[in-house]
Amino acid sequence: MAEMRYREALREALREELIRDDRVFLMGEDIGAYGGSYAVTTGLLEEFGPERVRDTPIAESGIIGAGIGAAMGGMRPMVELMTINFSFLALDQIVNSAAKLYYMSHGQINVPMVVRMASGGGSQLAATHSHSLEGMYAHFPGLKVVCPSNPADAKGLLKRAFRDENTVIFIEHTSLYGIKGEVPDDPDFIIEFGKANVVREGTDVTLIGYSGSVWQASRAATMLEEQEGISAEVIDLRTLSPLDIETVIRSVKKTNRAVIVEDDWKFGGFGGELSAQIMERAFDWLDAPVARVSGKDVPLPYNRNLEFAALPSEEDVVEAVLAML
Amino acid sequence: MGAPAPTEQPLSAYQLSEQSLERMYSYMLLARRLNERMMLLNRQGTAPFVIAGAGQEAAQVGAAMALQVGVDYLAPYYRDLAMNLVFGMTAREAMLNLFAKRDDPNSHGRQMPSHWGLRERHVVTQSSVVATQLLHATGIALAAKMRQDPVVVMACCGEGSTSRGDFHEALNFAAIHHLPVIFFVENNGYAISERVEKEVPTEHVADRARGYGIEGATVDGMDAVVVYQTVRQAVDQARRGRGPFLIEAKCYRLWAHSSDDDDSRYRPREELAEWAARDPIKLFRERVQNDGIFPAEDLDRIEAQIDEEVRDAAQWAMAQPDPEPADALGFVYKES
Ligand SMILES: Cc1ncc(C[n+]2csc(CCOP(=O)(O)OP(=O)(O)O)c2C)c(N)n1
Ligand SMILES: [Mg+2]
Repeated sequence: MAEMRYREALREALREELIRDDRVFLMGEDIGAYGGSYAVTTGLLEEFGPERVRDTPIAESGIIGAGIGAAMGGMRPMVELMTINFSFLALDQIVNSAAKLYYMSHGQINVPMVVRMASGGGSQLAATHSHSLEGMYAHFPGLKVVCPSNPADAKGLLKRAFRDENTVIFIEHTSLYGIKGEVPDDPDFIIEFGKANVVREGTDVTLIGYSGSVWQASRAATMLEEQEGISAEVIDLRTLSPLDIETVIRSVKKTNRAVIVEDDWKFGGFGGELSAQIMERAFDWLDAPVARVSGKDVPLPYNRNLEFAALPSEEDVVEAVLAML
Repeated sequence: MGAPAPTEQPLSAYQLSEQSLERMYSYMLLARRLNERMMLLNRQGTAPFVIAGAGQEAAQVGAAMALQVGVDYLAPYYRDLAMNLVFGMTAREAMLNLFAKRDDPNSHGRQMPSHWGLRERHVVTQSSVVATQLLHATGIALAAKMRQDPVVVMACCGEGSTSRGDFHEALNFAAIHHLPVIFFVENNGYAISERVEKEVPTEHVADRARGYGIEGATVDGMDAVVVYQTVRQAVDQARRGRGPFLIEAKCYRLWAHSSDDDDSRYRPREELAEWAARDPIKLFRERVQNDGIFPAEDLDRIEAQIDEEVRDAAQWAMAQPDPEPADALGFVYKES
């Protein structure tokens, strides 16, 4: 075990995978000397050289498309997009090719590629730079969607992503890169996909989050306990696809209440999917309708006041819980 | 990339009025001083994000002055503060934009700083996703052509942004339909940390014009007068239906990419020093002084006025109100 930041845990995973498998290479904008826009790849160019840590032109569709080709050609590419916002430019390559080639070729061609990107609002990056698209990617059959909330998960899940035979959309939250946590240093440390993490046990209500919202849910749980004497269970989904619905259902059957917390817009978001599955599987156990705490259905503005007004907070989670008790 | 040698032509050979030369100098200097103040405010913690155009002022002012303000359209990118000043933005407005204040006319606090846009001034607001505005400019030119409106649209981006499909698609579309668009590429040598060699395989960005069957030109972007002359000719031709044009101004990013960047990681100090010696504002001042167009006292007077204007703008703008939180919810859909 070693204490490290989220970004360092990601870097360790990349290093170990570059060492383990010589088919692995990294490409993206400013990932070389610059070390990536969130300093995840710092030092890797020096260690592994420009063939395996490649700076690319600003051409998101181009580098994802070329990544797909490289995967078809026998390599194990990791493509870093500076932020998830620019993945819209590569959406056709991701959705129509990476996610479907295996199906369309009746199993002849698979695309083992890892796409890493930073997601989320709250950093004053404004409307075109602050999307939360975890739920959108989970909507597409053929993709796996991973969104770690802490350093250990970041490492274990990223290492697992390189061992997948499919395209893995690996989503990091911009506000988490600096957080610290204990991370196993065993090079075989891996976290399987589809295994949610019960971050905190409780009996009165289940708070469900992923990526950055796990922290809001956890802070809300602390507030609920200290201020209201309410015991909240917190679940970190870790991966949206595959989704570990069993862990959620087990918890809801125990607490009889569920609140879903996400940065994303509420309308048509992943919270709606979760809520429906809870309803389908645990309707008789629910003492209140499932609640969703999410971003307002507006593009995210830049000004602090405005951005704050548009994003969910732990106070909103507490309020939602109190309203259902 | 090395700094090109400056032109030796005397300014009198260019048939620019003294007044135009003075305006050129004033816009360049105002942009620089505003950017310097913005960076200072960032370091003091009052402005979360600054992205500046230091080193590109000659390119920007030369190009924007070749357009007809009030008639033509500008689809700028985030470094084009000086162009916006030519199009009528005031120092106070620039500072409101920096602080994302309620009364910032560009977006009232919604956009990141330097994402300018003001309909009445024909400045088109932009996405942070680079090169997207090139297509909007193409569409605006298409609409103008369909309405038989003799406007020219100038769309700007950095050389790194020319790697994007949108750049290709805009040039291709505009070329096929002979649209009055000036694609103005400010080649400042870097896309964040990546040197131009990693972004563009040809010697010049403007070499790509040939692939679309349109005219292209590479100009010394450190020389406002040369840029003005080249863009002016392209604008006149475009207005007569002979567009589009691809113009590349070779300039240099004198500062880090943004207030969040540390360029010492990737940029050699010697290269920076070589280009700093060709600072376009310094060069311009030396030229107008050496050619005897303005005495030093006039230039000093302009400088003092600008310093005062910038100081006032920052102080005034900082004291203006922030947007109300409830304002975050409006303008998602227009009433229909
Ligand atoms: C499509 C897209 N990809 C990545 C980015 C992140 N980004 C912002 S500015 C920039 C560099 C642009 O370089 P260039 O076009 O040369 O303009 P410069 O900043 O040098 O003026 C990048 C990669 C972005 N805004 N949009
Ligand atoms: Mg550039």
